[in-house]
Amino acid sequence: MSRSRHKRFDGFQRLLLLLVICLTTLLGTIIWTIPGTPSGLADAVALFQEHSGVESPVTAVLLNFRGYDTLLEVMVLLLAVIGVWSLAKAPFSDQMMDANPVQIGVVRLLAPLMCMVAAYLVWQGSHLAGGAFQGGAILGAAGVLMLVAELPWLRGIPALPLRIGLVLGPLLFIGVALFCLLLTGDLLGYPEGAAGWFILLIEAACAISIGLTLALLFAGGRPAGEAPEKHNPASRTGNGGRV
Amino acid sequence: MITTLLYSLTGLILFAMGLFTLIIHSHPLRKILAVNVMSTGVFLILVATAYKPLGQGDIDPVPHAMVLTGIVVSVSITALALILACRMQETSNLDLLGRKKQSKPTKEAGA
Amino acid sequence: MIFFNADTSSWMISPIVLPLTAGLLCFLFTRRTFAIALTAALANLLAVCLLTYQLLVFGPMRCHVGGWQPPLGITLRTDGPALLMLLMTAVTGLAITLYARGYFSYRISDPRRTSRHQRQQRYFWPLWMLLLAGLNGLFLSNDIFNIYVTLELIGISAASLAALSGKPASQLASFRYLMVSLLGSLTYLLGIVFLYRSCGVLDLDLLRNLTANGPGIRAALALMSVGLLLKTALFPLHFWLPPAHANALAPVSAILSALVVKGSFYLLFRFWFEIFPSIISTAALNFLGILGAIAIIWGAIQAMRQQRLKLMVAYSTVSQLGYLFIAFPLVKVNGSEQVWSIVIFMALAHACAKSAMFMAAGTVFLHLGHDQIKNLSGVRSSLPITVFAYGIAGVSLMGLPPSGGFIGKWLLLTSSLASSQWWWALVVMSGSLLASIYVFRVMSRFFVIPDSFSFKKTEPLSPLLEWPALALALISMFLGLAASWPLYILATGSPALAQIIPGGLP
Repeated sequence: MSRSRHKRFDGFQRLLLLLVICLTTLLGTIIWTIPGTPSGLADAVALFQEHSGVESPVTAVLLNFRGYDTLLEVMVLLLAVIGVWSLAKAPFSDQMMDANPVQIGVVRLLAPLMCMVAAYLVWQGSHLAGGAFQGGAILGAAGVLMLVAELPWLRGIPALPLRIGLVLGPLLFIGVALFCLLLTGDLLGYPEGAAGWFILLIEAACAISIGLTLALLFAGGRPAGEAPEKHNPASRTGNGGRV
Repeated sequence: MITTLLYSLTGLILFAMGLFTLIIHSHPLRKILAVNVMSTGVFLILVATAYKPLGQGDIDPVPHAMVLTGIVVSVSITALALILACRMQETSNLDLLGRKKQSKPTKEAGA
Repeated sequence: MIFFNADTSSWMISPIVLPLTAGLLCFLFTRRTFAIALTAALANLLAVCLLTYQLLVFGPMRCHVGGWQPPLGITLRTDGPALLMLLMTAVTGLAITLYARGYFSYRISDPRRTSRHQRQQRYFWPLWMLLLAGLNGLFLSNDIFNIYVTLELIGISAASLAALSGKPASQLASFRYLMVSLLGSLTYLLGIVFLYRSCGVLDLDLLRNLTANGPGIRAALALMSVGLLLKTALFPLHFWLPPAHANALAPVSAILSALVVKGSFYLLFRFWFEIFPSIISTAALNFLGILGAIAIIWGAIQAMRQQRLKLMVAYSTVSQLGYLFIAFPLVKVNGSEQVWSIVIFMALAHACAKSAMFMAAGTVFLHLGHDQIKNLSGVRSSLPITVFAYGIAGVSLMGLPPSGGFIGKWLLLTSSLASSQWWWALVVMSGSLLASIYVFRVMSRFFVIPDSFSFKKTEPLSPLLEWPALALALISMFLGLAASWPLYILATGSPALAQIIPGGLP
């Protein structure tokens, strides 16, 4: 459907451009005329802030008031990894080159520092901007750094620890949710006073999982250890590595 | 009020630009980038909704939480779409620029 | 410690939490994944039956997750339509789970390409379980942003499942599906933004009670509708559906056609007629009806032209979805209660029949190695149960009594004639005629015995490949006979009732 080889837009593209401009103008006018924003939910959040166990309103909303959304969202991340693993094997280059000394030096300096910053960000989420996703992003960046440096031990990581790490956060989240269900009768209804600790626990586990997820998404495929369990001796492996 | 409006309109324009590119261009990478621009536009409008001028109370945290969720979802889908695009390119007989590859890969039949 | 009584609203989280946990465990373990998945599917069915009992005794209920009342927290709700959709998902899901087991076992026992089929099986179970959790979450949710997250959950897992087969055509179709799904979600999210700016709340009950009627709300509804229409593949936004559904593995095609497209349609219906009924114009309703009519005719014509069995069934889905949209213009006169019953019957019957048809098509493909319609001769003698299932599913699609499809079409006809909009009745009847053409075209090929035919001694297929399809086809057939039960559930759990007594009946 592409006519992008021509420099100028042809008829269909001009029509579409016109439609999009009209749509934008219409929606823009509507945004303009929406009467001054109602206060939204800020007041409701401020009212119950002290019961939420954390001081940051965003973390309170994410992990306490609307924690169910966050639970599903953590599953979405895991789903992406499962999808990516089902599609391709992680492409490591065939040549075993010696890792570049500059890259190794950078990784050696930065990766531990990044882990520390990630841990601090997770803890900081309770009273300032921070939390599981922010810390997880930094951890993921550390993983990406290691992958870019093509450290030789990366291609040999067995699949089971990776799977455990990926599933740890979501499983813990569900576990805490069900535990609270037993205690208070509401899914994700933290008991009074302990909300902050539960939130910290969930955030720590999720940060690890999120970091691992992001790094593995960058790796672009399942690890070598995810071979099928059953071996059929009569099968031919003539697929050239593409399964 | 003007701040909110400005950012909202910027977000809307980004959305429109991404929408146009998504429909027009056929290269998968362009489409993925277009979708990312669209989602950035929507998040910008959301964040603008949460804005309160100085002294008029705290910002509204719910749109911020929505944006955080949206960003995570957007990252997941982008990753999946990129790998799918790679697989498309591997299994078709066109290379990155749309020319026919030298040797056809083995046709994978069966479903 | 809290002990659970029968009227505890927290039971309604079980259809969501059970498949979620099962999906995680299926990903973690590699050995016993079918056992985990089957347990989850059975437990899901049991939980949904318990929720139905709870609905019939106590009426519609709300569950505030985390104990936070709206507008602060997220609410889940059970009422008649939600529960019927949950039942549809649970029953069809169980049948598909069993069928998938038979499908993958058969493929893995084939000595060629074992590793590919093992990979497909390995990742099918976690993806399917998480999709099931997303679907249940969508039907139960009462918060627009939570609905967005469940829509994404469904979209990603559906696209990954569609790409699972590894064929080049399926990768292309899955990529297009992912892009369309994402476009739909983003448009929906933009609608949420407009809605939040206008109203400041995210809870559906609060939105329903707001009497504001500004342009912002109208724009929000329009945007959300466009997003959901993209996901439901209404003509002309249906272009992504036939390749994605036809090139997927057979159990995946069944899931996509029967369940995934119904989720976004359910949302559309709910938004139009329960949350924002006052701003719907007759012109918009008629527009959707016209698009539905075109979908019926266009989809049926395309189905008649196809050479491949699975493509034909996929275009049949496009056509059948049009019936759901013809119900829209009938609401102004007949009221949303009756139209809910039309839509639910059509959706239930179509889900069972279409998944049975896709399962039958998959079994035929496994047996013959291809799915070219002109070469399907003689299948009746080697796969009698499958052909029988296909035939009964076809009966429901055509709308012959006593199937559920007949009840749905009958209700459509009577409603359109009662509101003197007789043109919809014409479209429904011609759609049934066209459906019979494409169903019989394949059925007749099944029964033809060519001259050069000889009874091959083939090993019998596993019962898991044939019986779930037959069971679902029979369910869709006898849905018409048992029509009073869904109607009773709808009447007891009427959404209108929930507005009067929010906490459930005493």
